[in-house]
Amino acid sequence: MTDWSAKLRRIRALTLKETRQILRDPSSIAIGVVFPLMMILLFGYGLSLDVTRVSVALVDEDASSDSASLVGAFQLSPYFRVTLVHSMSEAKTLVLGRKVDGALLVPSDFTRRWHLGEAEVQILVNGTDPNQARIMEGYAQGPIAQWGAAQAGSGTAFSGGPVVIVDRMWFNESNDSHYFLVPGLIVLVMTIIGAFLTAMVIAREWERGTLEALFVTPMRAGEFLLSKLIPYFGLGMIGFVLCLVAGQFLFHVPLRGSLLLLFLASMIYLLVALGIGLLVSTLVKSQFLASQLAMTLTFLPAMMLSGFLYDLRSMPVFIRGITYALPARYAVSLMQTIYLAGDVPSVLWPNIAVLGAMAAALLVSTRLVTRKRLS
Amino acid sequence: MNSSLLRILALIRKEFLAVLKDPRSRFIIFLPPILQCLIFGYAASFDLNSVPYVVLNQDHGMASADLLSHLDGSGIFKRQANLSRVEEISAWIDSGRAILAIRIDQDFERHLLADDAAEVQAIADGRNSNTAGTALGYFGSVVDDFNARWRSAHDQPAQPIRIVTRSWYNPNLDSRWSMIPSLVGTLTMMGTLMLTALSVAREREQGTFDQLLVTPFRPSEIMVGKAVPNMIIGLTQATTILLIAQFWFHIPFVGSFVVLYAGLGLFLMAAVGLGLFVSSIAKTMQQAMLYAFLLVMPFALLSGLTTPISSMPQFLQSVMIINPLRYALDLTKRVYLEDAGFGQLQSDFLPLAIIGLLTLSGSAWLFSRRLT
Repeated sequence: MTDWSAKLRRIRALTLKETRQILRDPSSIAIGVVFPLMMILLFGYGLSLDVTRVSVALVDEDASSDSASLVGAFQLSPYFRVTLVHSMSEAKTLVLGRKVDGALLVPSDFTRRWHLGEAEVQILVNGTDPNQARIMEGYAQGPIAQWGAAQAGSGTAFSGGPVVIVDRMWFNESNDSHYFLVPGLIVLVMTIIGAFLTAMVIAREWERGTLEALFVTPMRAGEFLLSKLIPYFGLGMIGFVLCLVAGQFLFHVPLRGSLLLLFLASMIYLLVALGIGLLVSTLVKSQFLASQLAMTLTFLPAMMLSGFLYDLRSMPVFIRGITYALPARYAVSLMQTIYLAGDVPSVLWPNIAVLGAMAAALLVSTRLVTRKRLS
Repeated sequence: MNSSLLRILALIRKEFLAVLKDPRSRFIIFLPPILQCLIFGYAASFDLNSVPYVVLNQDHGMASADLLSHLDGSGIFKRQANLSRVEEISAWIDSGRAILAIRIDQDFERHLLADDAAEVQAIADGRNSNTAGTALGYFGSVVDDFNARWRSAHDQPAQPIRIVTRSWYNPNLDSRWSMIPSLVGTLTMMGTLMLTALSVAREREQGTFDQLLVTPFRPSEIMVGKAVPNMIIGLTQATTILLIAQFWFHIPFVGSFVVLYAGLGLFLMAAVGLGLFVSSIAKTMQQAMLYAFLLVMPFALLSGLTTPISSMPQFLQSVMIINPLRYALDLTKRVYLEDAGFGQLQSDFLPLAIIGLLTLSGSAWLFSRRLT
């Protein structure tokens, strides 16, 4: 009994010390509070895949009344900002000088071929930005269909189809990219607080030798780890709540699942991130190495290989294999599902189970490694 | 002058030794950029090559079967199941086992033969709305092909206007061609800025910086001695990534190495300058690390690497003029793919030079102020 109370007292004292250390170091506050806020504001507003207007240089080689009305349709389209130029070489200069995003060409035989039913409009883009091409192609459909319908009214037959697609985007009807970016950002923020910050802090103690000093006290490895976990866990949860509030009130991302499950999922993921931070720093004991490793192992994969931005199913098999070892993958899936699709058991429990197992494995092995490092 | 040069050389040598003598730190400087370049080169693409989908086909005619077989033949769409009831769709989409559910009603073929518009419903998993949008776009082009075939087979006028897309410098519009040259700047900046920020902070934390200050070195010499080795390390990293781009990913380099390296040199000067600036503010290694991170991350994410700068709000666009990476990305891609020369790249060279000069002189000033 006395043993337990002594244990608790030691943990409390150390937690207190660690908390004070966080509070006194402006850079920890920066990462716990300023950082999540900055992330969510910068990226919430900055990371947008919703392209607004495309600026194009338009060359009308045909210069007929038909082509002029097509040009008019493009000029009226809210998606295009049209600059009329006289030749393709002029258009190319504008594209290469990054004055416009791409070029549109109405070829000189446009009217003739239109009457034959085989007219062509060319889009020319700079291949250094392949995404732009796809966007412009999509946008160009609008004015062309509009023009075609107007021509149909004036006698020439035109109808779309015969098969037309009626598409619906479930979970995100208005196609707002914040809907998938905000849940992903929560994962990024917690990864950084959990893994990156903890790795730095513990490595510093190893580097300065203050840990060895701690271990001559009656404190045990497990107690030490707990006292490190608790304050950073708190810091991570503060970051999480900030993201939650911002997602709700700034970006109006709907939370369709239960708040309780969202908290549960993020707490487990935070434990995994903390576990990585603790393990890495205990293994390398150098601030530089620990921070670089934490960055390489957690932050970059959480951004690139988690399904946050890029679709996992389209990655080559061996890279997909790697993603299964990355906790961020499960966390992103959980966050996106709980936020947008609701409590879907077939997504929730397998992902939570994997994260839980990872957290347990990491914390246990950190404990073992810490003990071994001491002897 | 001569002795100053000698002193700087000695410092450079010392700096290299400090970084490279530890095998673990050698490893951490060169291995991650290589691995990241390979992994992200394959992973970071908005193109889709596997779209799992399910079908609810209540029309049992030839036309719908033809449409679906072309979908399966695309190589991209992978049919997971044939559903028989509408209620089954949500289970497939919710669990993420299918990105797309396609529903064809029983009167599909009747409408087609009657020259009416025949509807096909496509339901996409919008949890990642970008992926969903791309998948819907791919489906749209399969349907367009079907329409064209149908029209010509049934003596209907062909689609009167075709949109033909051509591109300069990247004929297949392969997103890797734009991604991998972008990684040159991104990965190099992450490494160098942090390395520089830490190298001064480490000396300060270990007390060796004070020893350095009592030597005959002038603050400006110390600055140069810190900056040059890190720039060289950065250039080595950049070269490694360029080699991978050319020999592993086979992306043809059409530009001039002189222009590219001049640009990368300026960029690294700016990155190292920012690193020194951070380290002149930070008191400990931990602070240096965190401040560097707080700088690197927004720079990396808001550089146009993953999302276009032009879709950012005006306010952020104007903040990002201080971001050296955006100029480096533009510069690398344009030299690499377009063979842009000095004249076309002034809008990149100039800001990089200004950022480099400002941060280097700013941190020199901060260091010397700390001396007095």
